[in-house]
Amino acid sequence: MTTNPILEIRNLHKRYGDVEVLKGVDCSMQRGDVVCVIGSSGSGKTTMLRCINMLEEFSDGSIRIDGEDIGYELRDGRRQRKSEKEVARQRALTGMAFQQFNLFPHMSAAENVMLGLVKVKKMTRDQARAVAEKWLDRVGLLSRRDHYPGQLSGGQQQRVAIARAIAMSPRLMLFDEVTSALDPELVNEVLVVIQDLAREGMTMLLVTHEMRFAFEVSTRVIFMNQGRIGEEGDPKEMFLRPKSERLAEFLKNSSFH
Amino acid sequence: MDFSFAQFLHELWIARVPLLQGVGITIASAALAIVAGTVLGVFVGLALTYGAAPLRLAVRGYTDFIRGTPVLVLVLASYYILGTAGIQLGPLQAGVLALAVFCSSHVGEIVRGALQAIHKGQIEAAKAIGLTFSQTFVSVLMPQAIRQILPTWVNTAAEMVKASTLLSIIGVGDLLLASQEVISRTFMNMPFYLFAGFLYFAINFGIERFGRFVERKTHIPS
Repeated sequence: MTTNPILEIRNLHKRYGDVEVLKGVDCSMQRGDVVCVIGSSGSGKTTMLRCINMLEEFSDGSIRIDGEDIGYELRDGRRQRKSEKEVARQRALTGMAFQQFNLFPHMSAAENVMLGLVKVKKMTRDQARAVAEKWLDRVGLLSRRDHYPGQLSGGQQQRVAIARAIAMSPRLMLFDEVTSALDPELVNEVLVVIQDLAREGMTMLLVTHEMRFAFEVSTRVIFMNQGRIGEEGDPKEMFLRPKSERLAEFLKNSSFH
Repeated sequence: MDFSFAQFLHELWIARVPLLQGVGITIASAALAIVAGTVLGVFVGLALTYGAAPLRLAVRGYTDFIRGTPVLVLVLASYYILGTAGIQLGPLQAGVLALAVFCSSHVGEIVRGALQAIHKGQIEAAKAIGLTFSQTFVSVLMPQAIRQILPTWVNTAAEMVKASTLLSIIGVGDLLLASQEVISRTFMNMPFYLFAGFLYFAINFGIERFGRFVERKTHIPS
């Protein structure tokens, strides 16, 4: 079943000066896909994710969401960056959860979720509050809606951050190592939330070091190696019968047994 | 010379109107300079933090130049030099302009420091939910920066009240000049200087209490 892809990355290149971090990545996702990106640090997986919502500018190639070119367009045969306003609108097509949560410390949990709803979706405060409470309830934190980030544990903060992103009803959710900054005993509460979203058919692209989780939750796994996609496919195939030497070695050294 | 306290009260009562006017001018000129200087200073801070290189360099030059110049020189320059350049300002206008410019360079530096101290993840999170830069600034950066700026800003405001005494030199009838005029008439140096000092202290004490009050009101629970 191949319909129009929700995400289509073609020949993505990213350079920092002389260093090429992404050396031509091609990848596409269908609605409802849950794709985990694995790979050692420096392989370019986080950079790729951040190009999708233009937190990183990219040097060449194209990224399309629902057929819409992200960030750049061809004008008179030249590649030009879209206007800041247009890029801001396109960023709202995706939602992102970060390794460091990045909640706004001066706002309560509910206000964190409401900000985008009011400013970007132009909801009234009452509408936004209702949506925020619905999503805080979904991540199990309705009772903490008036707490400030400084009053919440890391796991709770990350769940609020996920609610903040999901409440904007993005077409694609991006997760950037969302459990890496958490104490081990708090990892699971966040993974459970993501697993629920996967079950409900949310389209998600996750960069993760949780191999067991990637194995269980994803419909497809991408292994990145030195700025390229080294191998991709069905998680069971990839984890149990890796084709490339590189992936086999990476899995041996990671926490997946 | 020895004066009794009753005599002082008597002279104070006679001089009550000019002294009150002096207090009014001191407060008004300092307040105007603080407000204008703060508004201008926020833009200076923004330019220093997020401006493109040419703008940043120009504004950096402005702040360094202003901060390296004594306020008295700024006051005299804005009164006399602008006058010869054809921009004729009254003493009060020229004085407030000089104080505002001085204030803006300090506030600019404070704002820059506060903005740079905000973790860049804050901007990224705001971008990720689709906020434009101006929305990010208003809802995410400014509220955090203000909390951090507040104590230093209160200091700057108190400095401006003290710096406003320099306006007496170009003939602005502020509290200091009004007191000096009373002294030249009564020869009661000590009591009237002490009294003026007490009033300056009271004004700055009020600013400081106000700052504490706002700090308490905007405290983020954690």
